[in-house]
Amino acid sequence: MPIDILMPALSPTMEEGTLSKWLKSEGDTISAGDVIAEIETDKATMEVEAVDEGVLGKVLVPEGSEHVKVNTVIAVILGEGEDASALNAASAAAAPPAPAPAPAAAQAPAAPPVQTAPGAAPQAPAPADAEVPDGTPMADLTVREALRDAMAEEMRRDPDVFVMGEEVAEYQGAYKITQGMLDEFGPRRVIDTPITEHGFTGMAVGAAMTGLKPIVEFMTFNFAMQAIDHIINSAAKTLYMSGGQMGCSIVFRGANGAAARVAAQHSQDYAAWYSQIPGLRVVVPWSAADAKGLLKAAIRDPNPVIFLENEILYGHTFPVPQVEDWVVPIGRAKVVRTGDAATIVSFGIGMTYAMKAADALAQDGIQAEVIDLRTIRPMDIDTVVQSVKKTGRVISVEEGWPQSGVGAEIGMRVTELAFDWLDAPPVRVCGKDVPMPYAANLEKLALPNVDEVVAAVKSTLYL
Amino acid sequence: MAQSPKAGTRKSAAKKSDARSRANGPAPLSRDEETEAYRMMLLIRRFEEKAGQMYGMGLIGGFCHLYIGQEAVVTGVQLAMREGDQVITSYRDHGHMLACGMEARGVMAELTGRQGGYSKGKGGSMHMFSAEKAFFGGHGIVGAQVSLGTGLAFANRYRDDGKVSLTYFGDGASNQGQVYESFNMAKLWNLPVVYVIENNKYGMGTSINRSSSTTDLSQRGASFGIPGEQVDGMDVRAVKEAAERAIEHARSGKGPYILEMLTYRYRGHSMSDPAKYRSKEEVQKMRQEHDPIEQVKARLLAEHSVSEDELKGIDKKIREIVADAADFAQIDPEPDVSELWTDVLR
Repeated sequence: MPIDILMPALSPTMEEGTLSKWLKSEGDTISAGDVIAEIETDKATMEVEAVDEGVLGKVLVPEGSEHVKVNTVIAVILGEGEDASALNAASAAAAPPAPAPAPAAAQAPAAPPVQTAPGAAPQAPAPADAEVPDGTPMADLTVREALRDAMAEEMRRDPDVFVMGEEVAEYQGAYKITQGMLDEFGPRRVIDTPITEHGFTGMAVGAAMTGLKPIVEFMTFNFAMQAIDHIINSAAKTLYMSGGQMGCSIVFRGANGAAARVAAQHSQDYAAWYSQIPGLRVVVPWSAADAKGLLKAAIRDPNPVIFLENEILYGHTFPVPQVEDWVVPIGRAKVVRTGDAATIVSFGIGMTYAMKAADALAQDGIQAEVIDLRTIRPMDIDTVVQSVKKTGRVISVEEGWPQSGVGAEIGMRVTELAFDWLDAPPVRVCGKDVPMPYAANLEKLALPNVDEVVAAVKSTLYL
Repeated sequence: MAQSPKAGTRKSAAKKSDARSRANGPAPLSRDEETEAYRMMLLIRRFEEKAGQMYGMGLIGGFCHLYIGQEAVVTGVQLAMREGDQVITSYRDHGHMLACGMEARGVMAELTGRQGGYSKGKGGSMHMFSAEKAFFGGHGIVGAQVSLGTGLAFANRYRDDGKVSLTYFGDGASNQGQVYESFNMAKLWNLPVVYVIENNKYGMGTSINRSSSTTDLSQRGASFGIPGEQVDGMDVRAVKEAAERAIEHARSGKGPYILEMLTYRYRGHSMSDPAKYRSKEEVQKMRQEHDPIEQVKARLLAEHSVSEDELKGIDKKIREIVADAADFAQIDPEPDVSELWTDVLR
């Protein structure tokens, strides 16, 4: 039987990629280990090695094809004694993929357990965004591009701003957030560090104490645990301990929370952890527009800001206002979808579940209001309370753990501030109270999902 | 006795020997320099004695780590510094602040938690800062100031302003991982930082021999290519001479330099430490044979023809400054209750 070569997944969150180059031609003999093609993901160009031996019988996806989904058959290898006639059987099952329009919903088997289409526009009418005047031109950008633009704009504007971290310069960013920045700003301001979080974080905080404005990229926030002493004891407390003399304008940013199939030590949401610390601001954007506007605000903020991104969201596309200086103030929640039946409060990637659930509920005639907190500390509880006074119900959605989580805080504050308006106890949908498992089915169970949000909302309505 | 300070200065084997011969001891200080060193060391000693007394009276709370015995280190380094050079250290920081020119009143009032303290009473003994005097703290986490001090040097390099970061830490901190992360980056980028290791032989109650696989701390940078030398930290002349060399090295773009100051603290680790891990004889021997202040005093009398009366005049003036600081620190009010909520964010 001819052997299918499938489009490989080359990173935990890869859903599709570009087949940039074939290094073997039809008819070439292939040995296991031969590099047969190059594939470009949103992060890197990777080589594809053959696992099987034989003759390259047919190339099914020509080079240059974009948006080739993971697990698409890209070529067929013929074994000994087989000829091209054997191909008919094989290729019948593998029609060349139509170029998928970006951003497309990916349903590939390797896709992360996020059930939403990346960047899918909410189906129900969103409230007019007070921040964006009517007629503002918009451009579709990924969260990744928005973050890069924010840093680049702020570095053009202020020579005291620089970015440092592992692989931020020559590698162009482990997740390609700093792509192109070394070229524009040079190695003085785009600084590759050794793998030494504790040391370089302390160093950046020391530099910030002199008035510089570092952006510290953590490849992921899991690694920032090595540096958490400097984030909390050195960055967050110095202003207070110095009686206001010496502060620390610094941004700690990077991927936070679960990615996909990277298991317990690489899958953790730190929003609740940092949100407990006086002296810090904690920002968790969902959309690209907020990612850009909030990161610009974070860089300008005179305080230490924890800026929690999400690997899965990096590739999601959203409309971003094309204005001269798009800055979103820290500390303001946003009503993303209006409704009167219940208030769903979320942030970051939790918003993908929240928005999907609101769509599903609308099918049943239940109009949920969805609030994106955007900033966890300081928390814009007024916007939440205002909504709860209308709906009488509040449901929090986050990937973090339940105990002392952001949902616990929301539930408590709403209870304190709007007890008489509540028609049901606050409910939280969150990550299960276990370390993140590796197995795909268990990982899916450990994370919140849309059905859980729908069920939680219905429970507050006694449905 | 674990290890006694060696006479003179021993250059590291990793480094080419200095042109100047060590055989004759460190270069002499001028009369003015000796007098200034005497004045500063005496101020630190009297200040610390008063702080210890006030701690005993319950006027100072929490932790209070005294610098008595180590005065020559910060005093000698300060004589080699330039305006604008930065200082950062651990929680044993009162001496460093006074040497940086911070007011005794403000330091003492911080110890008593009063509004006139350098941190408005909100930092205490271990956490004090002066943006004006380029003193960057006062840090309570052992070793944290090493990364932070390397960051000061990073900023100096970023701005290319010719400043040098003087980053102090103890023998105890020298086993912290972030020290070596910092050494690596400091040399990788040739940052202008001088690491001053104040080896007083004990990390709290554990002698260096019981905590460290190698006890020549001047060589702790060797695998990163950072030169280092051991210095008699009880002799202010040796300290100043070595600091000049190290600071020049850092300022000229050659990168970091390590000075291991062999010194000794006479008191316990903190006020609550009875120091039972060492003998009275060990402490007595250091006080009698190596006291940094007595050394300077002897030279002032013998070599610089300073009279006993002149020295008494200095002593009197120092006592007045310390008494004034102690008085101020007791009459100055506690911070207004509204200060609870200020300076959390800008």
